[in-house]
Amino acid sequence: MDRNAWQQAGERLRSGEGSLASLWGEPGIAHMALMDTAGNLEVVHLACSDHRFPSIGRLHPPAIRLERSMRDLVGLDAEDAPDVRPWLRHSAPYPFLAAEGESLHQIAVGPVHAGIIEPGHFRFTANGEAVVRLEQRLGYVHKGIDALMAGAPIEGATRLAARVSGDSTVAYGLAFSQAVENALGMELPPRAVWLRALMAELERLANHFGDIGAVCNDASFTIMHASFGLLREQVLRAANACFGHRLMMDCVMPGGVRGDLSAEGVQRVSALIAFARKEFPRLVELYEDTASLKDRTVDTGIVSAALVQQYAAGGFVGRASGRAFDARRTPGYAPYNQLQFQVPVVHAGDVNARVWIRIQEVEQSLSLIEQILKQMPSGLTEVAMPQALGGVREGAALVEGFRGDIFAWLRLGDDGRVARCHLRDPSWFQWPLLEAAIEGNIVADFPLCNKSFNCSYSGHDL
Amino acid sequence: MTFKLLLRNLAHGPLTEPAPAADDAALAELAARLNKGARTRLGRTLSIRQIDAGSCNGCELEIHALNNVLYDLERFGLRFVASPRHADVLFVTGPVTKNMREALERTYQATPDPKWVVAVGDCARDGGVFAGSAACIGAVSAVVPVDLHIPGCPPSPTALLRGLLALVETVK
Repeated sequence: MDRNAWQQAGERLRSGEGSLASLWGEPGIAHMALMDTAGNLEVVHLACSDHRFPSIGRLHPPAIRLERSMRDLVGLDAEDAPDVRPWLRHSAPYPFLAAEGESLHQIAVGPVHAGIIEPGHFRFTANGEAVVRLEQRLGYVHKGIDALMAGAPIEGATRLAARVSGDSTVAYGLAFSQAVENALGMELPPRAVWLRALMAELERLANHFGDIGAVCNDASFTIMHASFGLLREQVLRAANACFGHRLMMDCVMPGGVRGDLSAEGVQRVSALIAFARKEFPRLVELYEDTASLKDRTVDTGIVSAALVQQYAAGGFVGRASGRAFDARRTPGYAPYNQLQFQVPVVHAGDVNARVWIRIQEVEQSLSLIEQILKQMPSGLTEVAMPQALGGVREGAALVEGFRGDIFAWLRLGDDGRVARCHLRDPSWFQWPLLEAAIEGNIVADFPLCNKSFNCSYSGHDL
Repeated sequence: MTFKLLLRNLAHGPLTEPAPAADDAALAELAARLNKGARTRLGRTLSIRQIDAGSCNGCELEIHALNNVLYDLERFGLRFVASPRHADVLFVTGPVTKNMREALERTYQATPDPKWVVAVGDCARDGGVFAGSAACIGAVSAVVPVDLHIPGCPPSPTALLRGLLALVETVK
């Protein structure tokens, strides 16, 4: 692609034609992944001989933080970029954006937070109780994953991918593995594909259970937190019993899955589903019937449909504000084309809507797991990696994690190693919306808003 | 509905796994020893402050699980606190990113003596899969003195309990 075509792609994004799936770089080359309205992914490349490329963020704000990261990571400069502050590199004092007006005060929070959570900095400017501006500063858990991936053997890169964001280790394993298999044109045994889906839905269940409880906990309604903590723990114990790891880390790899589901494993998962089917509806009823809890979640932290569309925000953040996108359906991947499920969508865009989407997704995942257990094909669970690669190959994948769509792109060298790999967390397009969601809300509602998003720090900071 | 649920919970008793649980002997044994050790050496309570110094969030999820109704860490007098100024023990996770180094040092300095540092997870021990990254320092012990390592990727709640036991048995 030449500079003109690159800029035209930016113009199309500005006019709302399609969406930005990711933007990243390597020394001398800028890459951009675009998704058209039908859900087709296209990856375009621009050679930047002078380490510069025309800014997409200038035309399409969702690209701004990605461009700032490109300079930090590989030294590519976005020309005429609206924001040139470093993002992932923290070597100099950071100038926060100004907020001017009478009676404003600032509250600085983090990077070390009060709870057992990841680090990041939030700078609130408030007028009394009302937040007039929130600015995030992230990058504290930047581990240099892009650089570690470059030149890594596939096995080592798979372990790295599984540790981009620990809560989504299955989804990341899946995204990375699909990209490798896509690059190598590999065909998987059906049982491996179905086992992956089982793991992915168990991961979604565990996270949604944890999140629903945690949102309620931030409204000091602890009985929900305790009850959902129990549900989450039962999912992790079942995962451990079936696949040998509570989070199912390193269970998905290029070529298939590690381990197999035994007859006892099937019973264990069935018992888990039965337990969840009994307990979960009672808790949903409790959530719905508790006016003091709903008082905190309804109308709090609203994200507009326009912003969600512009940022192509995935997961429950998008689906709570009317964006009906789910990578399991569009572009879609096996075995979901053989499974019955709905993609719940509501339009209120508040904390309650994001909780409600999770509640409905729990129901969908329970049903999906039942279907997967019923239809699970027999056979092999992995295939060997091809020996002779024959040249440089590229692959990409889009996978639905519990937070939303994870994009993976990689290039394999003819030595069989990963030449470059880029993994884009859904949080890239959700974090900025949290800044918008809190505006005009009271400071005390921030934990609720934040937990209702539950963006990843590690997945974003890379 | 709240009332019904509370009644049901009262009737059923606590869900917390009993210390002498037959189906999970290791955890029960740990729980009993931890309780005794913690009381004799450190009095009634031990306050823990967790610091993510670059973790993938896997360790945090499992540390969180210690607070769920099945493990219920607080029954042993061990609890997580919101500030390092209230803490006896720092639980540090991650391959200590360069961007978290200062925050980790300052958190350590803000913790009153006597204090103990537990490096939790494989990354905290030596950088784990991130060892050698230009963006990471690696072992927690390269930044603050470490009293105990709890291995695992991530360590399970049971492994974390085992580690806490080792801590209360070792520190004087």
